[in-house]
Amino acid sequence: METTATVSTTRRSGNLTSRLGDFGPTYGALFALVLLVVANAIFTPYFATLSNLWNVLQLVSATVLVAVGMTMVIATGGIDLSVGSIMAIASAAAAVSFGRGTAVAILFALLTACAVGAFNGALVSGFRIQPIIVTLATLITGRGAAQVISNGGQLIPFSNPGFEYLGKGYIGPVPVPVVIMLAVVAAGIFIMRATSFGRYVLAIGGNEAAARLAGVKVHRTKIAVYAFSGLLAGLAGLVETARLGASDAQKVGLYIELDAIAAVVVGGTALTGGRATIVGTLIGALIMQVITTSFNMGPFGLNPLPYSWGLVFKAAIILLAVYIQRPKLA
Amino acid sequence: MGQVTTVDDVGSTRGRVARLKVASFIQRQGALVTLVLVCIFAAFRYERFLTEFNISNVLRQNSMLGLVALGMTFVILTGGIDLSVGSFVAVAGVIAALLANQGTVFAITAAIAFTSVLGLVNGLVIAKARIQPFIATLAMMIATRGLALVYTGEQSVRAETATGSFSWLGRGAIGFLPVPVLILIVAYIIAAVVLNRTRFGRHVYAVGDNEEAARLMGLNVNRVTIRVYTLSGALAGLAGVILASRLGTGQPVAGAGWELDAIAAVVVGGTLLTGGQGGVGPTLVGVLLLGVIFNLFNLEGTISPWWQLVLRGLILLVVVIIQNRLSARK
Repeated sequence: METTATVSTTRRSGNLTSRLGDFGPTYGALFALVLLVVANAIFTPYFATLSNLWNVLQLVSATVLVAVGMTMVIATGGIDLSVGSIMAIASAAAAVSFGRGTAVAILFALLTACAVGAFNGALVSGFRIQPIIVTLATLITGRGAAQVISNGGQLIPFSNPGFEYLGKGYIGPVPVPVVIMLAVVAAGIFIMRATSFGRYVLAIGGNEAAARLAGVKVHRTKIAVYAFSGLLAGLAGLVETARLGASDAQKVGLYIELDAIAAVVVGGTALTGGRATIVGTLIGALIMQVITTSFNMGPFGLNPLPYSWGLVFKAAIILLAVYIQRPKLA
Repeated sequence: MGQVTTVDDVGSTRGRVARLKVASFIQRQGALVTLVLVCIFAAFRYERFLTEFNISNVLRQNSMLGLVALGMTFVILTGGIDLSVGSFVAVAGVIAALLANQGTVFAITAAIAFTSVLGLVNGLVIAKARIQPFIATLAMMIATRGLALVYTGEQSVRAETATGSFSWLGRGAIGFLPVPVLILIVAYIIAAVVLNRTRFGRHVYAVGDNEEAARLMGLNVNRVTIRVYTLSGALAGLAGVILASRLGTGQPVAGAGWELDAIAAVVVGGTLLTGGQGGVGPTLVGVLLLGVIFNLFNLEGTISPWWQLVLRGLILLVVVIIQNRLSARK
């Protein structure tokens, strides 16, 4: 181990091997996505159609919304397992309050989701409990709370065209969830690149003690990050609910935390914190969705493969991505 | 500390020392004290609680999670985490059910051997490829679940046996002791001896306490890591076999979410997620505490499943907050 470390430090930065070595971490995910899309476009029938493009983007939108928040949480060195349950809470909260008007219902659901996220952040930051435990507790409690709100986890169907527009509507040819997703990704990039808040998030993840000494408001920033993650999970819950036309507190967002974490990690954000790439997260989520869609359609002209094969393939992609991107001197 | 003077004017000091002692005792034995209190409460409130039927039922139901949590304890003591155990429970159950007609011992051995090898792969990926435990075992969790679903065509597998020996493992009893409970007790005794009395056990604590220091002392950290993940795989496999034996079928969807239950039990027991502190006794207490609380919900009979989820999450949170406050005082 020591010898390889020495070799890589003494290696000159300009030569070909090192440039090839740098290519993997920086552009590996993008390259993999392009490769997957091109190969499928050529060999998988009906893959390269406009309707399929919108379909892929629409299906991935909820995961991306959650994963943008997750990227920021992971950038602080934390993790948020509760996002799926927060989606369910938002879904149930909206479904039971449509009587007071659509806008009120949406606002109420988003505020609730944001509050649950802030609660996570307060516990992580104030009590210094590990994020994985805090958000595990919120995952369990939240799923129960969503079912309490929806009166026992019944399926709540509704007919509310204004609300359903969030999930089923189109702006020109573009589905509304895709518009929302792109807007959130743009906002995420802006926050991380152009605001001091984004700098604070990375500083905390890089070295929390140093960030505190440098005057970063660590408590406030952490609470804000978890609240933002909760807010985006709530938005994802609303989009999913609108798309399905019913609120299912038992199923909405189940296990989405794992998809989101996978997307973040495949995209190149390190779980150790201090680094974040929102674009990478979008690419990571797209890789996963392209695999799922292609397996469903029958990849490369084969018969459609069961969803389960997709799981195995995705797991391999996660490992490969993390292996390529691991820090050289770790 | 034991020789505090009895003069009255240092009463405040004595009081503080006493409080510190109590705090330290609660932190170490808090879960045990709570378990005893909860049991006393239950015995007074519910006549059925102390019946042989109820007690053996609680123990039998929690024996499988207990085995999973035991493996998880070793992993967490080294500072790692194993998310793949729930999937291992499923795959071991499927294999055991598929092979049950070729002899019970063969079926059990093959199933446990298979998950041990998967655990070994976890360990190798974490130790040699230096991928974080969270990611490596997340990928293993997804892939193994996928394999179990692919191989069974997403159907349950009935265990075809001529003799009753396969179902004896899960349903049988020796005297008044159900076989799974006996296995649990033996496993915990062996684990306690291994952890407290062998070189391997000390190495587990050393790696979890400070991996770098352990490495510098000449300890083979990789070997310890590989062993604990293999052990966790083997114990999850054993739990899966017992579950399949109880149900008479191997189910590819079994064990979903058990990894989180196991982590919760380990943490409630008092083992720290950062590694190096804790033990197998605390984990057994954690498993029993969560199991008895669940049993109380059922005995009460009026608490809906969704309120049970809410309460379980809150209890986890409260326990962790209390432990955290107490350890912060030191």
